[in-house]
Amino acid sequence: MDIFFQQLVNGLTIGSIFALVALGYTMVYGIMKLINFAHGDLVAMSAFVGLSVYDQFLGGTTNSLVAVLTIFAATGVIIAMAGIILERVAYRPLRNAPRLSAVVSALGASLVIQNGIMLIWGPRMRFFPADILPATTWNIGGVYISFIQVVILVVSLLIMAGLIFFIDKTRVGAAIRATSIDHDASRLMGIDVNRIITLIFVIGTFLGAVGGLFIGLYYRGINFNMGWNYGLYAFVAAIIGGIGNIPGAMVGGMLLGIFKAFIAGYVSSTWADAFTFTLLIAILVVRPTGIMGERVAEKV
Amino acid sequence: MNKKNNIMFEVKDLEVSYGSIKAIKGISIQVAKGEIVTILGANGAGKTTTLRTISRLHDPNAGTILFKGEDITTTPAHKIVSMGISHSPEGRRIFGILTVEENLILGSYSQKSTDKKTLNWVYDLFPRLAERKRQLAGTLSGGEQQMLAIGRALMSRPEMLLLDEPSLGLAPILVKAIFKTVKEIAHSGVTVLLVEQNAKAALKLADRAYVLEVGKLVLSGTSKELLASEKIQEAYLGKKRK
Repeated sequence: MDIFFQQLVNGLTIGSIFALVALGYTMVYGIMKLINFAHGDLVAMSAFVGLSVYDQFLGGTTNSLVAVLTIFAATGVIIAMAGIILERVAYRPLRNAPRLSAVVSALGASLVIQNGIMLIWGPRMRFFPADILPATTWNIGGVYISFIQVVILVVSLLIMAGLIFFIDKTRVGAAIRATSIDHDASRLMGIDVNRIITLIFVIGTFLGAVGGLFIGLYYRGINFNMGWNYGLYAFVAAIIGGIGNIPGAMVGGMLLGIFKAFIAGYVSSTWADAFTFTLLIAILVVRPTGIMGERVAEKV
Repeated sequence: MNKKNNIMFEVKDLEVSYGSIKAIKGISIQVAKGEIVTILGANGAGKTTTLRTISRLHDPNAGTILFKGEDITTTPAHKIVSMGISHSPEGRRIFGILTVEENLILGSYSQKSTDKKTLNWVYDLFPRLAERKRQLAGTLSGGEQQMLAIGRALMSRPEMLLLDEPSLGLAPILVKAIFKTVKEIAHSGVTVLLVEQNAKAALKLADRAYVLEVGKLVLSGTSKELLASEKIQEAYLGKKRK
């Protein structure tokens, strides 16, 4: 039974990261009906940016809340700006082009960012210092929970609760939902659709940046091409939850994280990918719109 | 046209095309404050395109659009509503997976906040919407969706309302009810520019009318004149030639 709870804890940790990254995919898809394939690479880039911020400005500080907050704030701002630039350069000029052109542009942007990371930070694996956060670990009845795991879970849940509140209860949130349904009708309401799209990229890439930093703090080793791997998992999480659906991405991310952890715990981590994609296919066969995909029949 | 010197809205020599196809071939329209003006025409005449161009969902190729003396020909679409022009579009285009009340609140997005008085006014005009305010808009009947589309457009407290085919797909009794409400809206001081295929109902409601045929204005005048015109009777009111 120990292994069950241990893998549940591990699964919730990685699931939180998947969920944060999946939100970026699903929000952009919801508004633009576009899969932003470069999202995973911005996640990878955020880990490198965070490491550089630490090395350059905070070298040697350990166990410091201020240092951690500085890393998150600086990285969040830089990556959100990269997200804005990405949308302006790679997607906005193709807004009215055929869907396939935008997909190709997204894949191209993914490669550009990935290679950019390699040029700036090099092709070798880099490591987050182990002592940015306290290395405390609790043993609760044989289940080990580390400080960073608690941080990841709590911060992710807080961010997601805040996001749901923002989308469901605020005026701008309503404008975001309206824009995801109908751009022209939204314009008639006085909604500046371009501004909503920029905002979505800012929020989406900021969440991705938090996820990327968590990857660095939790696994420590970061690679220039890791965005592809994490991006793929998050993308699968978004589809499992129902792409375009915000709570769906959260649930999909958590479920996928737990599923992957159980496969690693009970079968073998080398099989995790195979089982994950089998799960994806099974879900798509049973529920093509994902777990929380749209169910409302609209009268036309 | 006794209100001629009170022109609030004007379209001059408007030309619009979709790719290489010319949809609007140089039309001019004037609307005075407080008037109900209707644009009639068959399918594909360019009525909807005209309204969409006024709302700036479409770019004109030539011509100018003036509202209260201001040139709005190049104003971005999302700024039109805060200038006082609100558009209830063809096909209603309500936000189906949002509730009725959320749709109405979005109608007032151009204001700083949603005015409770305006919301109550819309609920008074369309009591059905008040009954169903917590319901998802996509689950409303066609008539209720049309009420919602008009109500949503009124939430910005417009000076001029663009109405695109409010009678489309509705039972005659509902058309009657909706047109009655449009009259009420006009009486409250909102200028109305109405696009319709239902010429009879539209002419009964409107002060003046323009008739569009494949992108060109072929006729204009007061509703009385047009109702009496033989050409209109034949083409749009279904009366046989004697």
